[in-house]
Amino acid sequence: MAELIVSNVSKSFDGKKIIEDVSIEIHDRELVSLLGVSGGGKTTLFNVISGLILPDAGQVFLDGKEITGQPGKVSYMLQKDLLLPYRTVEDNVALPLLIAGMNKKEARKKVQPYFEEFGLSGTQKKYPAQLSGGMRQRAALLRTYMFSDKLALLDEPFSALDTLTKGAMHKWYLDVMGQIHLSTIFITHDIDEAVLLSDRIYILGGKPGRIVDEIRITEPKPRRKDFNLTGEFLEYKKRILEKIGNPEA
Amino acid sequence: MKRKLQNITSKLWSLAALLVILIAWQGVSMAGLVPGYMLPSPVDVIKAFISEFPLLMENAKVTLMEAFIGLGCGVALGFLMAVIMDRFDRLYKALYPLIVVTQTVPTVAIAPLLVLWFGYEMLPKVILIVIVTFFPITVGLLTGFRSADRDMMNLLRSMGAGRLQIFRYIKLPGAMGQFFSSLRISASYAVVGAVISEWLGGFNGLGVYMTRVKKAFSFDKMFAVIFLISAISLILMKLVDMLQKRCMSWEQKK
Repeated sequence: MAELIVSNVSKSFDGKKIIEDVSIEIHDRELVSLLGVSGGGKTTLFNVISGLILPDAGQVFLDGKEITGQPGKVSYMLQKDLLLPYRTVEDNVALPLLIAGMNKKEARKKVQPYFEEFGLSGTQKKYPAQLSGGMRQRAALLRTYMFSDKLALLDEPFSALDTLTKGAMHKWYLDVMGQIHLSTIFITHDIDEAVLLSDRIYILGGKPGRIVDEIRITEPKPRRKDFNLTGEFLEYKKRILEKIGNPEA
Repeated sequence: MKRKLQNITSKLWSLAALLVILIAWQGVSMAGLVPGYMLPSPVDVIKAFISEFPLLMENAKVTLMEAFIGLGCGVALGFLMAVIMDRFDRLYKALYPLIVVTQTVPTVAIAPLLVLWFGYEMLPKVILIVIVTFFPITVGLLTGFRSADRDMMNLLRSMGAGRLQIFRYIKLPGAMGQFFSSLRISASYAVVGAVISEWLGGFNGLGVYMTRVKKAFSFDKMFAVIFLISAISLILMKLVDMLQKRCMSWEQKK
């Protein structure tokens, strides 16, 4: 069970309001995307949820308990994999367990079974530099999952990958998510990605950023192979484009 | 394999250059262009090295001992300074300029003072070596600590990591490259520092030996000891390289 509620959060930097009165909620095993233009306050909201910054107003609740401004409750994954170059993949993945106080041997043992599930078999003893960009992102997601198998925050996790790798990663991601039960907040500026992966989409728009729309993607999961080529897909896309407005305005 | 071959050929070039210089030098000496007592020929130097070998080794032992103790203390002090200055920004601001100033004071100027204060035994030498070796270590480590990736530190914080864990998992291993570059410099400074401090007062060591042969105008022995000191520095630097390869094995896997 993991349920996250962000309630009426506002945050300014240097007197400039970045996000205003943002409220979102993520229910158990749901994948919710937060879609918005770059510089629209997505990352600010993200830092508030992960507890790295304190909001000026509003609160964050995880499973009914307030966690506003408390790091160590929700972990995240970024566009940069942030794997430590001097640790093997398994030691990178085990890092959250080590931080929580588990000993090295135990932590290594605990992470082993997930390598196959995440399509990372055989990479345990390798260093991040020996892996491709896609594989590194998988390892980063597994590390996030080792921190919490309930809730993960993903900030544009695939946006640094090339289009083909990205497509493969989407497929992999949906596969993995079919097996594990993770509630996910997925931050992205890629509309296709959001429609393809999400159960619900929040659109963050305007200046300062507010939630301007909430869209439920009713297409059942696992999604059809060519869902992104259907008329329904385009309808969703059209609606989002209208709501998101002109980023240059 | 190809890289290894390239490595060998690039070394061949420098070896060839060295050989050319030695041959030219020998030629100059043999042709009598420079009198032998002013500039001994390479062959003379080698002869002197062989005949003086036991004495050289005896003195080298003393010098190396001083260098190692001084370097060890210097590294420890440098590490401690870097950690404290990284942790407390005010200390960084207060001490950094002072540390830079300590490096502008010429070694030869403070060595006699140290001898006056601490006598002719090992202590003043070790102190001098500490002064010259801690600086590169502190600066190198500080640069490494301060260039730690913000996003990585934030990520670890989001996982609940404390200051100590961030230091252990990110800052320290991230500064290793810088640390070893500094250690390479400090190792050669340690040897040179030991020799300089021996010049200015002491009972044995390569520096003492050097002043002795200089006063006797034995230039062949002078050159022999100069080459020995260079060789020692080179060997120490090589040892640091090997240590680095062992400690930073991930660098090999790229």
